Amino acid sequence: MPPRILEVRTKILKKNDEIARALRARFAEHGLFVINVVSSPGAGKTELLAQLMTMLREQGLRPAAVVGDLATENDALRLSASGCPAKQILTGSMCHLEADMVETALDGFDLDDFDILFIENVGNLVCPQSFDLGEDLRVLLFPCTEGEDKPLKYPTLINTCDLVLFAKMDIAEAVGFDTELARRNCAQARPGVAIIETSARAGVGIDALARTIVEKQKIKRREATNLV
Amino acid sequence: MKSVAGIRHLDHPYRTLTDGSVMHELSIATHLVAVATEALENAGETQPVTVVRIRVGALAGVVIEALEFAWDIATDCTRCAGARLEVERVPAAVRCAACHTETTVDGPLPFICAQCGQPAIDIVAGRELDLIALEVHDGPGPSAEECHATAHP
Ligand SMILES: Nc1nc2c(ncn2[C@@H]2O[C@H](COP(=O)(O)OP(=O)(O)OP(=O)(O)O)[C@@H](O)[C@H]2O)c(=O)[nH]1
Ligand SMILES: [Mg+2]
Ligand SMILES: [Zn+2]
Repeated sequence: MPPRILEVRTKILKKNDEIARALRARFAEHGLFVINVVSSPGAGKTELLAQLMTMLREQGLRPAAVVGDLATENDALRLSASGCPAKQILTGSMCHLEADMVETALDGFDLDDFDILFIENVGNLVCPQSFDLGEDLRVLLFPCTEGEDKPLKYPTLINTCDLVLFAKMDIAEAVGFDTELARRNCAQARPGVAIIETSARAGVGIDALARTIVEKQKIKRREATNLV
Repeated sequence: MKSVAGIRHLDHPYRTLTDGSVMHELSIATHLVAVATEALENAGETQPVTVVRIRVGALAGVVIEALEFAWDIATDCTRCAGARLEVERVPAAVRCAACHTETTVDGPLPFICAQCGQPAIDIVAGRELDLIALEVHDGPGPSAEECHATAHP
C-alpha cells in the first residue's frame, strides 16, 4: 500500500519565531530598543557591554542586560558593575539563546524602566543565527585575535548581522591583524555592513558604538510614531 | 517535547564538530519533532510516520550530516521515532540591486551578481529551514514505536 502524504509546509523554528514576534511587539510597545550580541566564546562581549552600558547610563539612558551562559553567574555580576540591572540566563547544555529563554528572563523586569536592552548571547558562531530573539539589532563581535578570515569561515552568522565590531583592537598590532583584509572579508559575507573598531581595554570605539545605537534607536522611535 | 538538556550523548565524537554545532542541530531536530507532532495531531493522524521531508537552505547554518546524526537522538520516544529524514538542499541565490539579475551562489560565498559583477546583498533563497511533508504508514500497520528508554528524564 502506498504511503499517505501529509503536506505541512511550515517553518521548523515556528515556535521560536512566534515567541520572538510577540517579544518584538512587546518591546515596541514599551519603547525598548533591543540588541542581540553574538560572537565566539571569549570574544569580549561582557567586557565591551560593561563599558558601553556605563557610558550610556552616564548619558542619561537606562540600559539593562540579560546574558546567556552555559554555567556561572559571573557575566551578570560583571555587567551589574556598570550600575545597570543585569540578569543571568543559565542555558545548561544549550549553546545559544532561544526566544522563550529571553521571555522567561524578563519576568520581574518592568520594561518601562529601561530604554535599551542588551542580550548577550552564548559564545558561539554557529547556533545563535537561526534563533530570532525579537531584537532590533544583531551585533557581531569579531576580535582581532581570531584572524582575518573568520568572516569567510562563518559567513551565515555575519550575514544575519546588522553591525560588526572589531574587538580587542588594542592588541591588533601585536597579533598582526590586517584590518583592511578583515573589512574586505566582512564585505564579502555581507556587502555594505557597518563596521566599528573597538577596544574595551583601551576604551576605544565605545563612544562611536553608543552613538550608533542611540541613532538607530531614534530611527526606530520615529518609524513607530509615524505608523501610529 | 523532550528537553535538549536531557540528552546523554555528550561524549560522542560528533560533539567535537566546530563550535558545538551538533548541539545546534540537536535543538533544530527537537524543534522539528515538535512541529511534526503538532501537524500530526492537527490532522488527527495516528499512523506511524515513515518519512519526514524537510528543506534546508545553504545559508540556514545547518550541517546536514550533524542534523541526520541528531535526528535519531531527538526522535527517540516520539511520534517520529524510526522515521527517515529526507533533506532537500536549497542553494543560496541573490538578487542584484542594480540589474535585478538573480544569481545562484555556489556554496555560501561570495554574493556577486553574475551579470554585472557587483556585490549583491538581497538574499532571495538559501535561508529555508522548513518542514515540507510527512509520510505516514497507510492502512493497518504497526502502532507507533513504543518507548522503552527509561533512562531519559
Ligand atoms: N586585550 C584585550 N582583551 C580583552 C578585551 N576585551 C576583553 N578582553 C579579554 O578577553 C577575555 C574574554 O572577555 P569577555 O568579556 O569575558 O568575553 P565574552 O565574549 O563575554 O566571553 P563569553 O561570555 O565567555 O563567551 C577576558 O580575559 C578579557 O579580559 C579588549 O578590549 N582587549
Ligand atoms: Mg560573556
Ligand atoms: Zn547585476
